Amino acid sequence: MREKFDAIVVGAGPAGNAAAYTMASAGMSVLQIERGETPGSKNVQGAILYADALERIIPDFRDEAPLERYLIEQRFWMLSDDAYVGSTYRSEAFNRPPYNRYTIVRAQFDKWFSKKVQEAGGLVICETTVRELMFDGDRVAGVRTDREGGAIYADLVVLADGVNSTLAVKAGFHPELKPKDVALAVKETLFLAPEVIEQRFNLKGEEGVAIEMGGNITQGMVGTGFLYTNRETLTIGVGCLLSDFAQQKIPPYVLLEQMKTHPAIRPLLEGTELKEYVAHLIPEGGYNAIPKLYGNGWMIVGDSAGLVNSVHREGSNLAMTSGRLAGETVIELRAAGKALNTANLALYKRKMDESFVMKDLKKYRRLPDVLHKNPQFFTAYPELLNGAMHQIVSVDGTDKKSKEREVRRSFGQRRGLFGLMGDAFKLWRAFE
Amino acid sequence: MTRINVEEKLFQNRYKVDAGRPHIQIKDGDVCRSQCKTQQCTVCCPAGCYTAEGNGAVTLITDGCLECGTCRVICTEHRNVEWEYPRGGFGILFKFG
Repeated sequence: MREKFDAIVVGAGPAGNAAAYTMASAGMSVLQIERGETPGSKNVQGAILYADALERIIPDFRDEAPLERYLIEQRFWMLSDDAYVGSTYRSEAFNRPPYNRYTIVRAQFDKWFSKKVQEAGGLVICETTVRELMFDGDRVAGVRTDREGGAIYADLVVLADGVNSTLAVKAGFHPELKPKDVALAVKETLFLAPEVIEQRFNLKGEEGVAIEMGGNITQGMVGTGFLYTNRETLTIGVGCLLSDFAQQKIPPYVLLEQMKTHPAIRPLLEGTELKEYVAHLIPEGGYNAIPKLYGNGWMIVGDSAGLVNSVHREGSNLAMTSGRLAGETVIELRAAGKALNTANLALYKRKMDESFVMKDLKKYRRLPDVLHKNPQFFTAYPELLNGAMHQIVSVDGTDKKSKEREVRRSFGQRRGLFGLMGDAFKLWRAFE
Repeated sequence: MTRINVEEKLFQNRYKVDAGRPHIQIKDGDVCRSQCKTQQCTVCCPAGCYTAEGNGAVTLITDGCLECGTCRVICTEHRNVEWEYPRGGFGILFKFG
């Protein structure tokens, strides 16, 4: 007997779970296939959960989802070799429910989300790797897995197999990723007693802090670092463009280890104990690297489609939103008795274009190229800013006017007047 | 500076190794040896799975693989890496992720 489902979803990350949950909740027969031992066991993120995207799928998720800490404070640091300039935003507005952002542990969170898919009627099978898509003419008719007799058929396949999306590449839906379009991030999860975390980061109860960092920690490469507080662990990581790692010849674990010794970071990690070391690729190509999102019998969502807003460090919310919109597209088309072909599935793209996902990615479409060609934003400027702060803050008998002149001179010497103006223009164009 | 040992980091991770069935293979060792000058995989792999041997060869041991895809993407010039996901249930098993 030939097994056939209304939809197959490949992958149980945020995008796949959102798609499977949305479709299963509407009564569709949904099969979700996950290669990990359990949903989440192959998935990596910083990780910050943006409540809004999930709330639109599971409004009362806060009652049961495994959440670590809600963020009440965001720090931005620009680091030189032995100093940092930073800004902090902390607000009591973030300390009132419903909370806006949470740290999460993906292995636990994805497992919970998958349980919701199953409660909604979706069938989830784990420990099964999808090897390729099966076609009927140009229509995707199902998937072939590594299980015996592994062919499974469906009216629709949703590709949520993550950044590497080997399925899309094999099917020719997606060109191979380029080293300049992906960041390689490495991260450690470090145990620290909750009361120590709270003292060290000025927190109470379930409050949390996120620190985003740029500057010399990436050793001249385009990239950023982060430090997040979980309930009883810290996560510290750094990610840079893969093309830059290749050029600078710095192993990623060396970069992370050196970052951990920075005088601003080391004290925050004191007494921690390593629990896990992970690595992950992040699609950073932005708007111009997004492949076609749909075709005859298929749609692609989340990281598989490169939906990451690298400026704002957002990805999982774009993933969940794309998964939800893909699901809603199918539900609408089925209700109208329409086939799930290329022409009709264009509705998914229209929904995406109207959402923040494509609007935000489009807004920053020039940025990946600008940053790629202008590493000074990650090297010269953090150093110059730290130097300027040092002049302004230190009291050494020099008059203030001379100090100001010295700061101006340092900027002019390093970048030149036209360089400074050009950099300002480039950034303005990239963010406009 | 003290030498950084990636094995110590990987030691904390949980794996279910598919013994005898590596999910990544170097297609042709001669290409690494004689055609690839940069051998970027030996630097970029975050698990240090690729080792540059003194004689110009590159060896690959996938047991510590974090399944990130770096080697697949970095080997653009020679396309000399045969990369598949491990069989269902095998490979890295993230406790936190």
